Amino acid sequence: MIELRGVHKAFGANRVLCGVDLVVPKGKSMVIIGGSGTGKSVALKCILGLVRPDAGAILVDGQDVTGTDRESFLGRFGMLFQGGALFDSLSVWQNVAFRLLRGAQKSSPDRAREIALEKLRRVGLKPEVADLFPAELSGGMQKRVGLARAIADDPEIIFFDEPTTGLDPIMAGVINELIREIVVEMGATAMTITHDMTSVRAIADDVAMLHDGVIKWTGPVGEMDASGNPYLDQFIHGRATGPIEAVR
Amino acid sequence: MGLLRDLIGGVGRSALALLGGLGRGVLFLFRTVAAIFSLPFYIREFWHAVLTIGYFSLPVVGLTALFTGAALALQIYAGGSRFQAEAVVPSIVAIGMTRELGPVLGGLMVAARVASSIAAEIGTMKVTEQIDALVTLSTDPMRYLAAPRVLAATLTVPVLVAVGDSIGIFGGYLVGTGRLGFNTGAYLQNTVDFLETWDVLSGLVKGAVFGFLVALVGCFFGMNSGRGAQGVGRATKSAVVSASVLILASNYMLTELFFTG
Repeated sequence: MIELRGVHKAFGANRVLCGVDLVVPKGKSMVIIGGSGTGKSVALKCILGLVRPDAGAILVDGQDVTGTDRESFLGRFGMLFQGGALFDSLSVWQNVAFRLLRGAQKSSPDRAREIALEKLRRVGLKPEVADLFPAELSGGMQKRVGLARAIADDPEIIFFDEPTTGLDPIMAGVINELIREIVVEMGATAMTITHDMTSVRAIADDVAMLHDGVIKWTGPVGEMDASGNPYLDQFIHGRATGPIEAVR
Repeated sequence: MGLLRDLIGGVGRSALALLGGLGRGVLFLFRTVAAIFSLPFYIREFWHAVLTIGYFSLPVVGLTALFTGAALALQIYAGGSRFQAEAVVPSIVAIGMTRELGPVLGGLMVAARVASSIAAEIGTMKVTEQIDALVTLSTDPMRYLAAPRVLAATLTVPVLVAVGDSIGIFGGYLVGTGRLGFNTGAYLQNTVDFLETWDVLSGLVKGAVFGFLVALVGCFFGMNSGRGAQGVGRATKSAVVSASVLILASNYMLTELFFTG
């Protein structure tokens, strides 16, 4: 279980998170929605320790993330980045097997390649792709490789940062399906940030709406449409008028 | 009054920014040294850095040294002829190349070539979230990116300086024997007789310091790069300018340390 208690984060005068409280139950898929620049990515990065919160606590399975051994803590996570964040200098299979080739639990290169090929197959990529470099792949293929890397060592918790941004609707649908299948199959706890409502409906068990640095609404995806929350209603229906100020 | 306040405020802000940058730079230096002496050490990245920093810099360092040695021979001959001291050309070329011009020009060439490429590469990795990805994959960016590059530059730039020294002296020899009428045997004898071990060693020590600074500065500006193409461009420019200034400043301090008092 992931728990955020009163998390605050500011960058200079810009207060991004102003007391975020959120609980993601073990094995559930939580999707955080909200407009651009509302702090969704910052919240994710706070959990991973990439950004240090100014105040508040972040607990994973009841343990404060700041008090744990970084390597073993991060070893429980997988993350799919918005732009893929694949390493340009490494081939596709080396990207996927990056963690398997390093660290305390490292596998032999042959075994790591074998696992990488299996994970690539799981995300719908053929073995021929394994020896290409990221620059030789399309956007959709890069996302798939990023997804394969995120699940390479079967993490307990997977984060997805804007998984469908920049993809055409069909490819976005494929990625959404893959994410849902993989999360269910692995029994992992998932946390996704997106503003793509199709993704929300495809991926989420629970939804949280972040706005003005706080969670405005949270609940099961099935209750989202009848929530009666004006922020959530405006966001899911894409209205220009409402409590969320739209800059024209 | 308002203008004066703005002026003083501006000076104060610049001073604070400079001190802040200096503090971050010193902390980065300590973190890099700690990363070099801690495990895991990424040997594959180290050898890759040796190749890109050392081996691929050989042509530019060699050409720079060749023309510098040749021009130095002409200048010393022209200057020495004013007081009938043309015979000092071989020894002054050798001493000038090994003590000063070899390490400084080699260092500056490496700064232009390597500090810029390190800053651009790491800066691009930062803006495309590759550095964040490294962290989430339980890999310390200081150990994976900075330590191999800084160690490789510290070890390979002295080798580049040694090669540059030899080529520079050879450039002086070519001009001395081909254009200025020196006897080939006498030129070489003069070079060897006047050159001391410390002349060469001091240049190599300077090379190691310059290599360390060049890679350190490249990594520092890359990891602190701003967003987008403009941020990476600014980081690259700052890396080259800072590395060049640091080379010249540290060269003066090392020369004071080695050759005075």
